[in-house]
Amino acid sequence: MHFYRAHVLVCAGTNCSLRGSRAVRERLAGELARRGLDGEIKVVETGCFGLCEQGPTVVVYPEGVLYCRVTPDDVPELVEEHLLKGRRLERLLYRETAAKAVQTVPQMDFFQGQVRVVLRRCGVIDPDSVEEYIAHGGYQALGKALTQMKPAEVVEEIKASGLRGRGGAGFPTGLKWEFASKAKGDVKYIVCNADEGEPGTFKDRLILEGDPHAILEGMAIAGYAVGARKGYVYIRGEYGLSIQRLERAILQARELGLLGEDIFGSGFGFDVEVRVGAGAYVCGEETALFESLEGGRGEPRLKPPYPTEVGLFGKPTVINNVETLANVPPIIQNGPKWFRQFGTERCPGTKVFTLTGDIVNEGLIEVPMGITLREVIFGIGGGIPGGRGFKMAQTGGTSGGCLPVQLLDVPMDYDELAKVGAALGSGALLVMDDTHCIVDIARVFARFFEHESCGKCVPCREGTMRIHEIVCRIATGEATPKDLDNLEALARTMALACLCPLGQAAPVPVMTTLKYFRDEYEAHIYEKRCPTGTCRTLAGRPALTAAGKGV
Amino acid sequence: MLIPMGGERMTDKAKPVLDLGRIDEIVSRHKGREGALLPVLREVQDFVGYLPREALERVALGLGLSLSKVYGVATFYTLFYTEPKGRHVIRVCESAPCHVQGAREVVEALQKELGVSFGETTPDGRFTLELVSCLGVCGVAPAIMVDDRVYGNLTPETVVAVLQEYR
Repeated sequence: MHFYRAHVLVCAGTNCSLRGSRAVRERLAGELARRGLDGEIKVVETGCFGLCEQGPTVVVYPEGVLYCRVTPDDVPELVEEHLLKGRRLERLLYRETAAKAVQTVPQMDFFQGQVRVVLRRCGVIDPDSVEEYIAHGGYQALGKALTQMKPAEVVEEIKASGLRGRGGAGFPTGLKWEFASKAKGDVKYIVCNADEGEPGTFKDRLILEGDPHAILEGMAIAGYAVGARKGYVYIRGEYGLSIQRLERAILQARELGLLGEDIFGSGFGFDVEVRVGAGAYVCGEETALFESLEGGRGEPRLKPPYPTEVGLFGKPTVINNVETLANVPPIIQNGPKWFRQFGTERCPGTKVFTLTGDIVNEGLIEVPMGITLREVIFGIGGGIPGGRGFKMAQTGGTSGGCLPVQLLDVPMDYDELAKVGAALGSGALLVMDDTHCIVDIARVFARFFEHESCGKCVPCREGTMRIHEIVCRIATGEATPKDLDNLEALARTMALACLCPLGQAAPVPVMTTLKYFRDEYEAHIYEKRCPTGTCRTLAGRPALTAAGKGV
Repeated sequence: MLIPMGGERMTDKAKPVLDLGRIDEIVSRHKGREGALLPVLREVQDFVGYLPREALERVALGLGLSLSKVYGVATFYTLFYTEPKGRHVIRVCESAPCHVQGAREVVEALQKELGVSFGETTPDGRFTLELVSCLGVCGVAPAIMVDDRVYGNLTPETVVAVLQEYR
């Protein structure tokens, strides 16, 4: 085996690729070859490193020095200084403040407070190399499960870990597996839900791009636990790189006998197939996803029966989110007790969040469950850019609730967020500064649901449209006070009567903004004024208070 | 058997006549596979450029499904088109994370530059503009997708520059 004196990790995630990481990589390879260093320094393409706002990022190991916003023209100097002369290139080091340059990855505030279980290999290994996955402990958990544990013991371990579904609903994963394992039938399925469509969420994409084998390993363990021999990964059609990497990973795993017949000589066989979605948010709902996988319109089914009894093709099915499955191998490998050291009693483990909007460090983070919103936004996230004030944060994507400044100290887990009318959901976190208008953003939320309602049930099909109409009327100053009552009545009806979580959650963002920012709605209705000057038909009208600035 | 197609605009990939033999070949490769319809429609669309009625009829026949079932599926998903599209499809995200980062101005610049609204194609058949929900690249919002390529961190100026790559 060849040893290298240094490894240069270049992020090849979508965000860094958009910022030109491929050109950096090519220049680096050319420069190393030109100087005859290619035999002693290895360039590795990795998945997302998480610091999307600072891309393209380059990390040089063994020291772990992080360089940010690297351009191809920086490469010759970087090679000359760091790799040849052993001096750090100061001007490209990551800076937390203008004066403070961070030397190495572990010293960064961004990583202090983060606990990487799911993302431990993202940005570290080459996702196209099964050998690197195995070298980082990959497939050991599958080996342990198949050779040392009975299926029921695997289910018990997952139950004992307290792992809850990371797709948004937070249902106990071990319980789901137990139901499926006890369901009658010879044919069962494991489905990985990678139809990540919640606006503001891109964690599953980055896990699939950065560590695709982890999902295959998690699915195979699930298959062994419940007695399924076939798995499907349903990925949204927009995620080209994820599809490509996962398909390559499947071929590699089959070649090594890690998928297919008689894995590890245990007699257990399991295989995985990728199915690509065709653009429908509702297919993230599990029964709609089954309909789509079966070749139909992605419309949700009535529950019960639940998927663990009657799922894909009418067979007992375990459907888990990408992040949930990525948690499975480390739990099997290290045990439930290890897993429970992170997070809270009722919500153990970590959670991957994607930070978007008005926040300094946009990108991907992984933190223990129960961390407060304030720690995430003002600690790891680096706060609000441009010295502006915090207005609100939306957790859980567009179907989540909006939280004002007085709720910044709420712990981020399934139960605590539910208490304040919000949801942990998929882990999206959208931060807005005080220049944004609440009614304007509510209009965007409402339009999204009108667009994505599948049309199967009336309360959702009609309700999402009416909510959008009302919020538009408020934004243009044509609303009456009665409209607020209608909004509230609609929201109550939809929460009770809609068939699936899409419709049930559709009023949540509008209702939470109404709850916490009612004065702003009222300014639009009673004073025909947009306090931030965002709603243009109202902007330019004389401001009634000092707050209106007009645009 | 070759059937002439009616649309005035053809995409780069579109053939002047519909090659039913090729559609049959796609169908036969997937036939018998569970849930074959979506993968078949994807491949047919990749080949033809969109999903004309003649193609849907052929798929229905081949898979033993009713035309209404196939049409229902083809019109349910936003990535399937039953009408011809421009040579390049521009998908614009205006969901909340993009909106907060200034997507509204980017959208307006795009519409002004192209002279079309959402769902429309430019008169020269080069671009079709579509509003989509979320492209999943919110870390670089506001973002658009042109065909299979994603562009992020856009401003009203840079989005116009992106179009130049496709002219």
